[in-house]
Amino acid sequence: VIIVIDALGKRCPLPVIMLAKRAADEPPGTEIAVLADDPAAALDIPAWCRMKGHTFVATEGDRHTVRL
Amino acid sequence: LDSATAAPPHPVARQAFLAAAEDGWADPGRLYTPSRRARHLLDAARETAAGVLGVRPDELHFTAGGTDAVRRAVAGVRRSRGRRAVVHTAVEHSSVIKAAGDDAVSVPVSRTGVVDLDALEKALNSREVALAAVQSANHEVGTLQPVAAAAEACAAAGVPLLVDAAQSIGRAPVPAGWSLLVGSARKWGGPAGVGLLAVRKGTRWESPWDEGAPDVPAVVAAAAALRAVAADAASESVRQAALVSEIRRTVAATVPDVEVVGEPDERLPHIVTFSCLYVDGEVLLQALDRAGYAVSSGSACTSDTLRPSHVLAAMGVLTHGNVRVSLHSGVSTEDVRGFLAVLPGLVADARAEAGL
Repeated sequence: VIIVIDALGKRCPLPVIMLAKRAADEPPGTEIAVLADDPAAALDIPAWCRMKGHTFVATEGDRHTVRL
Repeated sequence: LDSATAAPPHPVARQAFLAAAEDGWADPGRLYTPSRRARHLLDAARETAAGVLGVRPDELHFTAGGTDAVRRAVAGVRRSRGRRAVVHTAVEHSSVIKAAGDDAVSVPVSRTGVVDLDALEKALNSREVALAAVQSANHEVGTLQPVAAAAEACAAAGVPLLVDAAQSIGRAPVPAGWSLLVGSARKWGGPAGVGLLAVRKGTRWESPWDEGAPDVPAVVAAAAALRAVAADAASESVRQAALVSEIRRTVAATVPDVEVVGEPDERLPHIVTFSCLYVDGEVLLQALDRAGYAVSSGSACTSDTLRPSHVLAAMGVLTHGNVRVSLHSGVSTEDVRGFLAVLPGLVADARAEAGL
């Protein structure tokens, strides 16, 4: 099961904040897909993964997937 | 704390400007006495600036600012060489990227902002290239570029090299190997609206449009400020580099979830940049302004286009919550420590505002 967070129309850093809040409640291995169309999200979600020790899976269009 | 945009006017620049406004107001291109006086001041300013840069006076052009110098450099080489393509690093100043336009090849950089020399070499040899552009050091993160190695690759490929040295002139020696060199006076405490373009003898370049009558008092002020800052550069660089090291260490230690970006060692003495997770760059910038600290940001929310800085994007580092601090001779140790003391609380406030 992949958790989906809808952050469409939200400006950075909001998509990353929404992701971090949700990630805090989930166990390692959980996959989360963030839907975000802010151009900074495609850069900042991989950077968040790197800084917090999570795995960035892929960006497909506005869908950015990470694994905790 | 934003000298990388514009340093406060150097006292010498102010004095020189006022004196030259009395004596140098006339068009230096005319033959009457006030014009000869203006001409004399302009020639003296050119010799002063050329001496600091280590160029011949007849290689040096004064322009209407750094952006104007870049546009003249690019357009003049394109016109003379009859080629269009510009190869540039992905982290050049926006004026270089805009001047290059659609006919350009962007060369990637490392996580710390250093240009990939193999990719540069490939790009230089992949097609008919008019010009290559490699900055002396990055304006947003302070990373020094390997200009000497880039110059060798350019020479081997027969491509002239434009070096945008706007952030390093007056602070560090001009790197060797350039064909065209540009600078901006407001970065070293001269007036806004004065730039430098030096074109090495033998470079295929022709002035792309009429240069017009120069602003002699502003040029005189720019040259006087350049000589003054260059005279102090050795000691000021050591002082500022130590303060930047202190900022790098302290920010990483006192602000949670922060990424200090750029080269830790091979960097300019005066620029340091960091990004704070979960922080709106504009909110933090305004909070710092209210506390009396003027900083710049590469975050999307602080730009006119609402797009994040192309420099941070090319490096692949966090773009939101970004703060660039850049020092000048008027910034004291106490100023820096005051900034470092208020920063963690302001970052925490901004995060609390976002519900974290």
